[in-house]
Amino acid sequence: MSLLETRTTSAMLYLDGVHVSFDGFHAINNLSLTLEPGEMRAIIGPNGAGKTTMMDIITGKTKPDKGEVVFDGTTDLTKLDETQIATLGIGRKFQKPTVFESQTIEDNLLLALNVDHRVRGTLFWRRSEPESKRIDRVLEIIRLGDARDRLAGSLSHGQKQWLEIGMLLAQDPKLLLVDEPVAGMTDVETHQTAELLKEINSHDKTVVVVEHDMTFVRELGVKVTCLHEGTVLAEGTIDDVSANERVVEVYLGR
Amino acid sequence: MTPHILTRSLNRSATVFLLVLAALGILLPLSNLLLPDGSFLHVPTYLISLFGKYVCYALLALSIDLIWGYCGILSLGHGAFFALGGYAMGMYLMRQIGTRGVYANPILPDFMVFLNYKELPWYWYGFDMFWFAALMVLIVPGLLAFCFGWLAFRSRVTGVYLSIITQAMTYALLLAFFRNDFGFGGNNGLTDFKDILGFNVQADGTRAALFVLSCLALGIGFLICRAVVTSKLGKVLIAIRDAESRTRFLGYRVESYKLFVFTLSACMAGVAGALYVPQVGIINPGEFAPGNSIEAVIWVAVGGRGTLVGAALGAIVVNYAKTVFTSGPLAPYWLFMLGALFVLVTLLLPKGIIGTFNAWWEGRKEKDEARDRAQRDSATAAAAESAAREDGVIERTMVKR
Repeated sequence: MSLLETRTTSAMLYLDGVHVSFDGFHAINNLSLTLEPGEMRAIIGPNGAGKTTMMDIITGKTKPDKGEVVFDGTTDLTKLDETQIATLGIGRKFQKPTVFESQTIEDNLLLALNVDHRVRGTLFWRRSEPESKRIDRVLEIIRLGDARDRLAGSLSHGQKQWLEIGMLLAQDPKLLLVDEPVAGMTDVETHQTAELLKEINSHDKTVVVVEHDMTFVRELGVKVTCLHEGTVLAEGTIDDVSANERVVEVYLGR
Repeated sequence: MTPHILTRSLNRSATVFLLVLAALGILLPLSNLLLPDGSFLHVPTYLISLFGKYVCYALLALSIDLIWGYCGILSLGHGAFFALGGYAMGMYLMRQIGTRGVYANPILPDFMVFLNYKELPWYWYGFDMFWFAALMVLIVPGLLAFCFGWLAFRSRVTGVYLSIITQAMTYALLLAFFRNDFGFGGNNGLTDFKDILGFNVQADGTRAALFVLSCLALGIGFLICRAVVTSKLGKVLIAIRDAESRTRFLGYRVESYKLFVFTLSACMAGVAGALYVPQVGIINPGEFAPGNSIEAVIWVAVGGRGTLVGAALGAIVVNYAKTVFTSGPLAPYWLFMLGALFVLVTLLLPKGIIGTFNAWWEGRKEKDEARDRAQRDSATAAAAESAAREDGVIERTMVKR
C-alpha cells in the first residue's frame, strides 16, 4: 500500500484531472471531484456520462490513464487493486444488484462482514457473539430478518437491492459508493431507501449515490453533481442543478 | 476446535458415505483373507485390487470436485498431479527392486542400465527411503500446482482459458515423460515392482492392506474437503465461483483462495496416484494423457458436482461400467458410450446423480412439511369450528333456560 508522505487534502475522496479512454472513446475527461468526510453526494447524468466508470476507477476495477485519485487524504488509489481498496474501507453497491444467489441471505452478510479476509483466518473463522448481533441488526435494518435462511437468488429485485445495501452495512466501510439503489423499487421502497441512506450518512459515513430518479435525489436533499461526457457539468443543490440551462440541454438531448 | 469442525462437517449424507466406506474397507479385505476360496461370500484378490483402483479414482474425483464444484476452477489436467504422485511412489518401488532386476544392478533400475546410465540421476536420490517418497507424493504435485496456480490466478486466467492451459500442462508432461533421457523410464514407465515396505506387492495381504489404505485415504480426503467446504472459506469459494469480481470488491484476495484450494486438491490427487500405482503395478506416461483428465471430470459431472459424495460415487459407477463394457464385445465402443453418457447427463441430469437425488429429497421433504402444515391448519380450523358449535350449543341451552 503506497501511502503519500503527508496528508495532501482533508477530503475523504479527491479526484483531480482524471482521464480514461477505451479504444479512443473518452469515458472520463478531466474529471475533478472532492468529497468531505461525512458528506453525502448525489451524482446524476445521462446514460454514458461516466458515472459507473467513475466508480470503477475509485474501486480499482479500471485504472485511469492520468490524474489523481486520493482516498482519506493519504492513499493513492490508482496504485491499488480491488481487494486492497475494499480493505481500506471503500464499499460498493453495483448497478445491477449483485448478491451471491446460491447462498442464504445470512451467509451473504457473513461474507461481507469486515473481519480477517485472509485465507487462514477465514478457514478457522468462528462467529463471535457481537458478530452474530451485528448480522441480526443488519437483517432488522434491511427488513429481511424472517428470510435469513432463504437463498438470496429467491429475493425480489428490490429485496436484492436492500440485501446489497445490507452487505455494505456489514462491511462497515468509511466510504460507500451506491450505484442506482432504487432501480426497480416501488415508491414506498424508494422512500425507505432514502431514509436508510440518510441514516447511514448520519453515522459519519461518506456516501456517493448515483441515481436517475429525481424524486429520490430530491428526497436525499444533498449536494448534486451532474456528469456529462465524463466531466462535471454542474454542481450544487438539486434546484440549482435542475435549473442549469446546460443540464436541461443535456438531459433533453438538444 | 476439532469437535466443532467434525460436527459441522458431518451431515447426514457425509456420515452415510463414511459408514459405507468404512464397512467396505473392513469387510471386503476380511472376506478376501479369512473366508475359504470356494465360499459364496469370498472376494477374490483381483477384485480387491480392482476396487482399490476405483477408490483411488474416487479420491481423484473428490479433488476435482473441490476445485470445480465449489470454486469453479475446471482443471482438465488433474491427471498430471495424479500421475506425478504415482511416479513418486513408482520411483520408491523401483529402488526397492535392488539386485532382483534383470540386470541385477543394486543401485540402477533396469531401464537405466539398458539406456547406459552410468550413475543414478540426482533427482532419484532419496527415493530408496519410503518417508522421502511419501513426502514427494505430496510435495511434487503440490509445488507444481502452486507455481502453475500462482502464475495463472495472479494473471486472472479463468474459465475456458484456464482449462486449456491445464490441458497443455498435462500434455507437456506427457511428452517429457515419454522421452528416454528424461530419466523416468520413457515409454515403458516404471514397472516390475517387487516390495513395498518389505512386503511383496503381489501378496494377498499386501493387496488387502493397500485397499484398506486407499479407503482410509478417501475417507480422510473426504473429511478434509468437508471441513473446507463447510467452513467460512467454503462460502468464499462458492462466492468466487458465482461472482468472482464481487468477491474481490468485498476485500477477499481471490487468487490466494484459488491457489490454496488448487494446491490442496493437487496434493490429494497425488496421494490418489501414489496408492494407485502399487495396486495396478505400473506407471507410464499414458497416465498424463489429456483424455484421462477429461474422463475424471466426466466422473464428477455424472456423480454431481459440488456434492463431494457424488464425485466419489460417479468415479466408482463410471469405472465399474468401463470395466464391464471394455471386457465384453462392446469394448470398441466404450469411448462412444462415455461420450454419450456425458452428453446425456449434461442434458438430462445437469446436477448429476447425487445432485438430482438431493433436489428430489428436498422437494419431497418440503411437500411433506406443506402437507403437515395444511393438516395442522385444517385440524385447528375444525377444532375452532367445533368449539364455536359448542359455544352455540351452550348458548342455546342457556336461552332455553
